[in-house]
Amino acid sequence: MIHISNLSKSYKTAKGVIPVLQNIDLFIPKGDIFGIIGFSGAGKSTLIRCLNRLEEPDSGTIEIGGKVITDLPEKELRQARQKIGMIFQQFNLLDARTVFQNVAFPLEVAGHPKPFIRARVREILDLVQLGDKENVYPFQLSGGQKQRVGIARALVNQPDLLLSDEATSALDPQTTYSILELLREINRQLKLTIVLITHELDVLQHVCNNMAVIENGRIVETGTVEKFFLNPESDTAKRFVHIIDHYREKRSVMEGVGAGI
Amino acid sequence: MNNDLIDLLWEGLLETLYMVFWSSLFALAMGVVLGVTLVVTDKGGILEAPKLNKVISTVINGVRSLPLIILIVLLLPLSRLIVGTTLGPTAAIVSLSIGAAPFLGRIIESALKEVSAGKIEAAKAVGATPFTIIFRVLIPEAMPALVRGITIGIIGITEFTAVAGAIGAGGLGSLAIRFGYQRFREDVLIATVLLIILLVQIIQWSGDLLVKSINKKRYKFE
Repeated sequence: MIHISNLSKSYKTAKGVIPVLQNIDLFIPKGDIFGIIGFSGAGKSTLIRCLNRLEEPDSGTIEIGGKVITDLPEKELRQARQKIGMIFQQFNLLDARTVFQNVAFPLEVAGHPKPFIRARVREILDLVQLGDKENVYPFQLSGGQKQRVGIARALVNQPDLLLSDEATSALDPQTTYSILELLREINRQLKLTIVLITHELDVLQHVCNNMAVIENGRIVETGTVEKFFLNPESDTAKRFVHIIDHYREKRSVMEGVGAGI
Repeated sequence: MNNDLIDLLWEGLLETLYMVFWSSLFALAMGVVLGVTLVVTDKGGILEAPKLNKVISTVINGVRSLPLIILIVLLLPLSRLIVGTTLGPTAAIVSLSIGAAPFLGRIIESALKEVSAGKIEAAKAVGATPFTIIFRVLIPEAMPALVRGITIGIIGITEFTAVAGAIGAGGLGSLAIRFGYQRFREDVLIATVLLIILLVQIIQWSGDLLVKSINKKRYKFE
């Protein structure tokens, strides 16, 4: 589904050129929920934003569903973006628009007729369980509800791919869980490929099948989520998994003590 | 105060309203173009063009650094070209519009810059064109700040008309100078000042009301 090859990107700052992505090669299979994990500043956000060219890579190619995204001229890029949904950490809903109007926006952009938009938006709002909120403004919604609107907006034009840029990082654990459940449900129902980036192990564990670890702009490990937890190879993966192991040990010690009493 | 004076004040008020209305309209039209262009051509903007941005910015700063009264004099030939005269309210509209446009442009620029980059990005991500982003995202999202800024701009233009009155534009400013100052008619001076204060209050109050109604709809407060 997605082929990334030899992708590089650097930022020019006052201090000089800083590489953010270095020769990234990655394959993401169709229908997968693919997680990219990394610590802050590893380059994961830049990587996912290259997939719909919100960031322009310096070199390398990205191929999505047979289309070489990195070669597309402006107009065709906009058309391709209509079929790539994206959700954000800060939701990025429009305050001037109701829930309905927010979700309708991508369909307006795609030039669909009004009756079609009305029917489609209602359908997708039901899917994210916000059917009763269509005339409410985003200000009145909770974080979890806002992200549901974000998801509805990302899915309304029936994309082939959903990009999630830290979509649950601003939410509490319980809401995170319900949003992840929703993503899993969507993946199953709509056979949609999902690429998500995160720094939370929980997110990987809950929804992802395959994953990649990114560190200093390089992919240092790829494989199944199971392999990552059971047999981490790279130092970064070990550092992540070590955090859990540390607490697991602590808990077993405490439980041991508890059993003793 | 006799009836003649009341007629004079009435006439002055109408001239002022006439100048404020048309100058605001033209300055606003130019200001929106300038403000939007500044924002979209800025670094990281949706139609990045740093050189154009720099040029517009420099011209705006140049016009804004001139005292209004000098600017009016400089623009007199243009007034003659467009409306055929350099005297009276209609001639003043030309100078006032051009004098106020850079001011409104900056106000509109700063209002539009309050729209978070994330919202623009979300619109880009669904494949919106720059045109759609400007008219369906940038401007609607910035509306409360725009209205607040434009209110300040129109009040500025009201003050400008009073200044323009000093060099033959007519209106309340001209009355204040010709009667109040040059003929020592304090009653006229006070009456014109009160009318201008009242006018400014009404403009501010209307702007506030509009902002309030927008925010009430979106945020259910204020």
